[in-house]
Amino acid sequence: MTTLSPSRPVSRRPQRSYSAIPGETPGSPPWRALKSLILLACVVLVLLPFVAIISTSLADANQINKAGGYVLWPDSPSFTSYSALLSGGLVSKAMMVSVGVTVVGTTLSLGCSIMLAYGLSRPGSFGHKPVLMLLLMTMLFAPGVIPSYLMVKELHLINSYWSLILPSLINAFNVIVLRSFFMNLPGELIDAARVDGASEWTILRRIVLPLSKASVAVIGLFYAVTYWNAFFNALLYINDASKWPMQLVLRTYVVNNAALSGGQVNAAAGAPIPPAQSLQAAILVLSIVPIVIVYPFLQRHMNKGVMVGAVKG
Amino acid sequence: MTTLDQPAVRPKGAEESRGSRSRKARRSRPRRNTALFWFLIPGLVVLLVFHYIPLLGNVIAFQDYQPYIGIMHSRWTGLDNFDVIFNGDEQFVHALVNTLELTLIQVIFVFPAPILLALAMNSLVSERIKKWVQNVLYLPHFLSWVVVVSLFQQMLGNDGMLNLFLNSHDAGSWNIIGNPDLFKTLLTSQVIWKDTGWGTILFLAALSRVDHNLYEAAAMDGASRLRQTWHVTLPALRGLVILLLILRLGDALSVGFEQIILQQGGVGLENSQVLDTYVYNNGLIGGQWGVSAAVGLVKGVVGVVLVLGANKIAHLFGEEGVYRS
Repeated sequence: MTTLSPSRPVSRRPQRSYSAIPGETPGSPPWRALKSLILLACVVLVLLPFVAIISTSLADANQINKAGGYVLWPDSPSFTSYSALLSGGLVSKAMMVSVGVTVVGTTLSLGCSIMLAYGLSRPGSFGHKPVLMLLLMTMLFAPGVIPSYLMVKELHLINSYWSLILPSLINAFNVIVLRSFFMNLPGELIDAARVDGASEWTILRRIVLPLSKASVAVIGLFYAVTYWNAFFNALLYINDASKWPMQLVLRTYVVNNAALSGGQVNAAAGAPIPPAQSLQAAILVLSIVPIVIVYPFLQRHMNKGVMVGAVKG
Repeated sequence: MTTLDQPAVRPKGAEESRGSRSRKARRSRPRRNTALFWFLIPGLVVLLVFHYIPLLGNVIAFQDYQPYIGIMHSRWTGLDNFDVIFNGDEQFVHALVNTLELTLIQVIFVFPAPILLALAMNSLVSERIKKWVQNVLYLPHFLSWVVVVSLFQQMLGNDGMLNLFLNSHDAGSWNIIGNPDLFKTLLTSQVIWKDTGWGTILFLAALSRVDHNLYEAAAMDGASRLRQTWHVTLPALRGLVILLLILRLGDALSVGFEQIILQQGGVGLENSQVLDTYVYNNGLIGGQWGVSAAVGLVKGVVGVVLVLGANKIAHLFGEEGVYRS
């Protein structure tokens, strides 16, 4: 919800030193200790699975056999699981599909959303109000799984990568956020450009976009995370296993525990296939890594107004 | 932050401030304004094709829909498809009961979690530690459900870390994943793990806006720390809590579709079927298109009624709600 007025970043607020303020003092020592303990427990609960997965993916066969499955720290870290998965075969293909869909999808989503948001941010343009209503209404009604599936089928997009992109091209919430960014830009700049004879396209490209780089970047990252994580669209629309994105591979080989066979994993010549545990862990890590890479960027801008996402869920 | 007081979905309010200017603008610059219309076209086409036309596709709820004949030629059957709902078909009732049960459990256990966490984080002494804790706890929100479910299986599954540990200490093993009795607990704990951290953002923001003089005044009047929390902090969160409860209520009939579809295999439908999976399993997998579409349609309509109703209730309580009409 919040922050449709992104021009007021929360982070810029002068930081108070809390201890000086009554009521914000941490309370009595045992109370304080309890709170810190709870937070520490939360942090450990969140981080532990990641540590275990990364370690297991790096551990060698001996250590895994000795430990019976999972390890918390690899004795002699090696990347054999990763090289076995990424040297051709199912997982390499899925990585490429996921990266491709994410890059193309994000680009198109961002393009459409920027244009839509800019068109809707200048009041009084032709068709402004009905389109805005149509956009807002999408947040209230969803068409439902079956009619959506039938539509994609009618368009002959089943088993096409486009089925992973087009249905989720526009996210009303993101457009509304962008629109409010654009509406907060000083109108004088745009009017001045108009007087100088700039076309709307030029104004968008030369004035509006350079002024809202940060917000556009955040929205882009949110789209990218959504595309990377998208599972259900792929489950519905992609039946052909050779076109699966990472999330479906993850579901089949980790959640459903299907065995990875020789054709899907390429061990180095003469070497045995790495143990199933570390292969599964490596697949998991591969599908988390892109999120962790963009996470710091998301973080940096999070305070700037995309608290919005919190409610969106 | 704003919009705890300034709801997002309020198209009219947003327009009003610019209304008079826009009318003038329309008169003086007609060409520019039609030029802007072209910017709306790509988005509009996507909305129409993938949202509004499928919305119309819900008419198959009133048909004996056969994919090979298509909507145009399928037989109309009136309200026959809705029989499962009105006559209480066993499978449907299971799905409905499970859905409502899960919603109730989640409102009780998931909803307060971020509030408690935010209260714990709010009074951390060091800003740096607070930032660091936030950074860690927000991360799971950005992972997909497939990843979260995988992580849980690797940790708690039959040959996961926990059981490995228990076995090596001769403590037997504990069947968590794939145990129908624990399924709802498992779902709930996954939601808590994934979204509690992220959920604190809004509460922390609201807490940071509490006027500190209030604490000072309360302390002067001899209020203990707990009473300060009760009389100052919690009232400050009231509007936000109501707003979020409304949003949750509007979603009462949707509970973790992806999450459940991923884990349904091991535990049997009786305990795990919810309305969304009912539609998916019977429609797309089972081929009962009409019936499933009918259930989906009713679910959607009831959902909209719930949002509107909850919003109305919020207004009666004197709260802002999600939007004002």
